Amino acid sequence: MSILRRARERWQAFRNKPRLDAELEAEIASHIDLATDENLRQGMTPAQARRQALLQFGSMNMAKDQQREARGLMKLDILLQDLRYTIRSLSRDRGFTFVAVLILALGIGANVAVFSVVNTLLLRPLPFPHSEQLVWIAPPSATCGISCATYSTDGYDTFRAGTRSFQDVTGYNAFSTPDNLSIGIGAGAPVKATSIDVIANFFQVLGVQPAMGRAFTPTDAQNGAAPVVILSDAWWRRQFNADSAIVGKAFEINGQQTTVIGVLPKFFDFGAVFSPGAKVDAFTPVNLYGPVRNQGNNFTFIGRLKPGISLAEARQDAAIVAPRLCNSNKDPGSCGYYDAVPVPLKDYVSGKLRRSLIVLWSAVGGILLIACVNLSNLLLARAAARAKEFAMRSALGASRARIVRQLLTESLILSGAGAICGLGLAAVLVAWLRQQGTIALPLLSALHIDGTALGWTALIAVFAAALFGIVPGLRMASGNLQEALKDSGPGSGQGRKHERARSVLVVTEIALACVLLVGAGLLLRSFLKVLDVDLGFEPQHAAAVMVDYDVPGKTREAYLQNQSLAFHQVLARVGSIPGIQAAGIVDYLPLGQNRSWGLPFPKGVKKPDKLDVGGPLVYVVTPGYLRAMGIRLSGRDFTWDDGPSSENVVMIDQAYAHFLASYANWPDGNAIGQMLSNGNQDVRVVGVVENVHEEGTERDTGWQIYYPASQNFPNDAQLVVRTSLPPATMATSVLTALRELNPKQSAAEFRPLKTFVDHANSPRQFFMLLVAAFAGLGLLLAALGIYGVISYSVTQRTQEIGVRMALGATMGQVQLDVIGKTLKLALVGIALGTIASLFAAKAIAALLFGTAPTDSAAFAAMIVLLGGVALAAGWIPARRASRINPMVALRNN
Amino acid sequence: MSPGKLDLLQGTLDVMVLKTLAAMGPMHGYGIARRIEQVSGHEVLLNQGTIYASLVRVEQHGWIASRWGTSENNRKAKFYAITEAGRRQLAKEAAYWDRLASVMDKVMAMRRGAAEGDPA
Repeated sequence: MSILRRARERWQAFRNKPRLDAELEAEIASHIDLATDENLRQGMTPAQARRQALLQFGSMNMAKDQQREARGLMKLDILLQDLRYTIRSLSRDRGFTFVAVLILALGIGANVAVFSVVNTLLLRPLPFPHSEQLVWIAPPSATCGISCATYSTDGYDTFRAGTRSFQDVTGYNAFSTPDNLSIGIGAGAPVKATSIDVIANFFQVLGVQPAMGRAFTPTDAQNGAAPVVILSDAWWRRQFNADSAIVGKAFEINGQQTTVIGVLPKFFDFGAVFSPGAKVDAFTPVNLYGPVRNQGNNFTFIGRLKPGISLAEARQDAAIVAPRLCNSNKDPGSCGYYDAVPVPLKDYVSGKLRRSLIVLWSAVGGILLIACVNLSNLLLARAAARAKEFAMRSALGASRARIVRQLLTESLILSGAGAICGLGLAAVLVAWLRQQGTIALPLLSALHIDGTALGWTALIAVFAAALFGIVPGLRMASGNLQEALKDSGPGSGQGRKHERARSVLVVTEIALACVLLVGAGLLLRSFLKVLDVDLGFEPQHAAAVMVDYDVPGKTREAYLQNQSLAFHQVLARVGSIPGIQAAGIVDYLPLGQNRSWGLPFPKGVKKPDKLDVGGPLVYVVTPGYLRAMGIRLSGRDFTWDDGPSSENVVMIDQAYAHFLASYANWPDGNAIGQMLSNGNQDVRVVGVVENVHEEGTERDTGWQIYYPASQNFPNDAQLVVRTSLPPATMATSVLTALRELNPKQSAAEFRPLKTFVDHANSPRQFFMLLVAAFAGLGLLLAALGIYGVISYSVTQRTQEIGVRMALGATMGQVQLDVIGKTLKLALVGIALGTIASLFAAKAIAALLFGTAPTDSAAFAAMIVLLGGVALAAGWIPARRASRINPMVALRNN
Repeated sequence: MSPGKLDLLQGTLDVMVLKTLAAMGPMHGYGIARRIEQVSGHEVLLNQGTIYASLVRVEQHGWIASRWGTSENNRKAKFYAITEAGRRQLAKEAAYWDRLASVMDKVMAMRRGAAEGDPA
């Protein structure tokens, strides 16, 4: 009890300091009087009596301090005192404070922003209840596009019924194309929107409750069910003005009256999780037993594990069931080709980014270190200027601990201010990043600074304060009192020692900047290499737009004929627009979605059993498509004469042709003119085209096969045009032409092909830009550091330089001397940094593309850049040194 | 140990203050300091000033109470008196000191090689 009582008393005492101090004074005065009285009684003279009383009492100040310490909260007292003093001295030194807080704000801001990204992508669970139970189920690695990572209706049923580890399994149609909805709202052209076909239990499995209305039920997906749609929060706000009575309203979607049954919560962003960089506006239930049943592999699998089931158990379970899956249960030959491995959904979403994020995290860590070293340097310079002040204070009785505490308080205040400004900076950065919906990174829209990020900010602020405050603090406190008091002249002991410490710091800083620059250089080189990749098509001066077409036709032949006619008409009309050089139609664009239809093999050659390769990606195209895309071709393009009743023809890419040639006995291995067989259908190869990067700009290309739109059913019609003018300027004329032909043509987006390439490259560009920005920041800080040290040493040596100039040294000699000193520092830093960079480069080798970790260009550029910056940073003080007027310098001793 | 005066162990001064007040009744700070010096036969190294830290500490625990009064020779002084809680605390401390002293006696009485049942 008495402990509590004491704590309360001490707090009271802390608050009543002036009154208690006065009382103590009175008590001590009475003590001395009483003692003097007694001494007088013993026969001392009054002076002697008082002197003796004071002697017996001991140090008055010590007694008071001890009493205060026992009585109140001395630590808090001292802290307040330190705080007041620090704020006073910092506000006196505005320039220093501004630079220090700025440096820290940059360092901490970058760290907090990157931490938020890392936190969202790697650390925080996905925004679903019990998201740790969610798994993505796919083959271990997909070599033939999403076709290999998807399953059929029958496969879904077998898997769902056969496995025991899952509460439920769901999926979505991976081949839902962008802008696949055409929705009529009021008058005017229909609006395009993107919808994903999901299996009816999709939202239940993910654990997402609609914010309004209801989720899908199995009846919504039955044959003949009334069409329904669920809206995403973003689309509901954008297109429907956040209409709170939207549920129950019906709109004409793709020609059918469709009822809105729900609106999803704001946090659910399908694109952010499953399809980075894409926007998804709506969800429609897929009828598993409708047409999709016969369309092969359509669905990705997402499962929710039963509670207590481990991933390993689920894998075993899936491995037992997977071989039993069939593309179609009616066709025994379609069974046994499947593989299904559950991985945590989180790993699927952001696993690939782990390495990039760690690199990014290290880069900002490097920035923080440089910022700290820089500040350490600034504080050392400041401490040198304040050496006398501290010497005086310790002569007056301040303990060493007290002085260190004072300096650490200063560091903490600086880093606290830096952290607050940095947090503001990070908030701006994060808000900006959140808007970058076109960057193909998952979960970006969920980015925000949360409690964890705030905690992280506090942590790095304290860490930074300790890091940059400790060196100057210790150095200051360990200083020899007398030496410091005497050390007034430049060039004497303490000054030299400071300079050495500062040089070490600057070398560290340069070395760190080296590592960042080399890292950024390597990533930049990789990015340039990626931009240089021959994609197989020419994205410049080309654009694509989705064409709506609605053709009648009872029989296959009639339909195909009409379809050809419609396409021919579109291409003829668009092709006549001035500025359009070529036009063609395709159903899937490169770098977008894709699919495959099995593995056509040379006719007459038996396909080896269980050939472990995926089939080529399938594109259904019209004549002219290759020219519009800029894909080079040998052989011939399709013509409008390749009709439904003429010979079936295909074009294949070089890699596939090469693969097939290794099995067939073709003259010269030339595929042109040869027959392929794909089960029940034979096709003649009429052309061999260049390999096109279909999946991504960096990955090896998958094989491709092109079928004529006049003999097959394209899933969609993407009109591709090649223009002589900048593609964007052609948007209006092309859309007008399309609407003339088909009044129902919706206002689809006219997208330059460049945007697809940019989208595919965006993650690499994003990381490269960030690392480059950090390297730039590091370089700037290092330059500041060099400048600070050299400039300081010039100031310290003003007198010496004056003497040398008086003795005949020329301006050039003085300048050379200063610059030489700078270069020496820079060279040592660069040498150490180069060694460190070699290790760092090895560590990021996996992120590089077509660039060796020892890439000499990156290293050379770093050395030139850093050397140049060091030279510039040294040149300013050197010039100042050479302008020193000997007379003034000597007089100002 | 130096042949000079004894350094006070941490916390012992508080006990001395309590005991002095228990034995002598209310006293001012100077009186307590003098009394301790006299009783210790001037063996204790005591800057009289240090008594005030001890007094405020003990008072905050509620073991003594203070009020301003007048000394016999008409000087204003702050007088301290032990409280009931202080007496209980003193009893506890006394028992503790007895135990500690007896342990120290035994340890100090130990002779060379007198360890019994040494397994070696």
